[in-house]
Amino acid sequence: MRRLLNIRPARGARLALGLAPLIAIALVYVIAASAWHAANPNEKLLPTVGAMVREMKVMAIDTDPQTGAIPLWRDTGASLGRLGIGLAIATSTTLVLGLAIGVLPLVRAGLGPLVGTIAVIPPISVLPILFITLGLGETAKIALIVFGVTPFMIRDLSSHVGAIPEEQIVKAQTLGASTWQIALRVALPQALPRLIECLRLSLGPAWVFLISAEAIASDVGLGYRIFLVRRYLAMDIILPYVAWIALLAVTLDLALSTANRRLFPWAHTARAG
Amino acid sequence: MTDILALRNVWVEYGDKIVLEKLDLSIDEGAFVSIVGPSGVGKSTFLRLILGQEAPTRGTIAFDGDALTPEPGRERGVVFQRYSVFPHLNALDNVLFGLECRGAAVTARLWAARRRAARDEAAAMLSQVGLAAALDVFPAQLSGGMQQRLAIAQALIMRPRILLLDEPFGALDPGVRLDMHGLIEGLWRAHGLTILMVTHDIKEAFKLGTRVIALDKRRRDPQAPDRYGSTVVYDFPLDEKQPIRSPADLHG
Repeated sequence: MRRLLNIRPARGARLALGLAPLIAIALVYVIAASAWHAANPNEKLLPTVGAMVREMKVMAIDTDPQTGAIPLWRDTGASLGRLGIGLAIATSTTLVLGLAIGVLPLVRAGLGPLVGTIAVIPPISVLPILFITLGLGETAKIALIVFGVTPFMIRDLSSHVGAIPEEQIVKAQTLGASTWQIALRVALPQALPRLIECLRLSLGPAWVFLISAEAIASDVGLGYRIFLVRRYLAMDIILPYVAWIALLAVTLDLALSTANRRLFPWAHTARAG
Repeated sequence: MTDILALRNVWVEYGDKIVLEKLDLSIDEGAFVSIVGPSGVGKSTFLRLILGQEAPTRGTIAFDGDALTPEPGRERGVVFQRYSVFPHLNALDNVLFGLECRGAAVTARLWAARRRAARDEAAAMLSQVGLAAALDVFPAQLSGGMQQRLAIAQALIMRPRILLLDEPFGALDPGVRLDMHGLIEGLWRAHGLTILMVTHDIKEAFKLGTRVIALDKRRRDPQAPDRYGSTVVYDFPLDEKQPIRSPADLHG
């Protein structure tokens, strides 16, 4: 008998194993929901699939006469817009500061402790400050995402750049490269795959900050919607919305990791002997 | 011959720890100097001094008659045991790197006719080290020996006045190492290079060098091992060699 840890599933088996728990949960849910509804037709906690489809038709297909838009798309657009702007600001800030801190000991000495200090402040705790100073509009929500993910990203990227072997930096200098040329042609290209990876890992926290900000003060957005309908115990809207958010998150994650492999093949090849 | 490098009474100390003491050394232009010594004796510190990565605590280093610039520069090329090449550039771009830095201060990239000229020069250099067929291959896909060939080509294209080798063949298989010996010897002759090679392989040191320098501590205090630093304890000029094939020939 082989050891358990030596048994590796083949491709097909891996797929089946991965899908099994998802299907099991769905099945258990469907059975539980119909049993619950058999006992109490007004049950709200476990809506049937039929009820969710009905509600989502209202949210995702029918136009809301008040806004003249389809609610799901309007919410998705608003949320992805905030997420996109926030992450774009975070990523570009990270690229500049992370490179500078990683390459230049002077900047590291000056900004390293500051970034480290900001990184330990729980972002949600500054949300009131952001609302007070920036108002309840879009700026505060985007600022929360930026504040929440940027310090972590800067620390990660700068330590990655700082870990470029000294031999490479010395070699570049013996080839006549200036500080700027080393930053541009040695540090930057090696930082980019890590930056994308870092952005990918920051998506999770970014969603948390987005939904939190939308839950507290907003009139459109995925987070706004689920916290709004929570008042009516509308699980038949909340559950599909959460599934939709999960789908968006998985898609973004997959897109980033695929882009990383395509754009920087050299960073993903195993070292030959 | 003229001195390309002259160390006068050079000391390196880290606090109470004395690494190198009273180092007096002149290196002739065109020499192939092997530096040997037990590990931890300061061979790497010596190389860092010449590279300009660190400055002596006391004493002076003259390069071509002038005080040595205290940071790495184009006139001193280097090949390390590992991490000498850029993993994100293919072989050709690795060799082009120096030319591009010299040709374009802001973008560090060359275009059109200037790039074609630089490309031809780099391709010629790569074929000299036996990598003509691997121009667009990334370092991770090259074997250890080929990576070192690439690192040598990358350094030589800048025509350094002196080439520093830090245990360049230490991580290679014996067969590959033999090939590399032939390669570096040929390049040394063809380019009229001055080479300083740190190695822990004494056979290699005598086989390649026109001069072998051994670094070690002259005195030892068992109660205070850091009290005394290393210096040149043996200095073998192998003048009659041009070149000697193996250490056996020395005694022949």
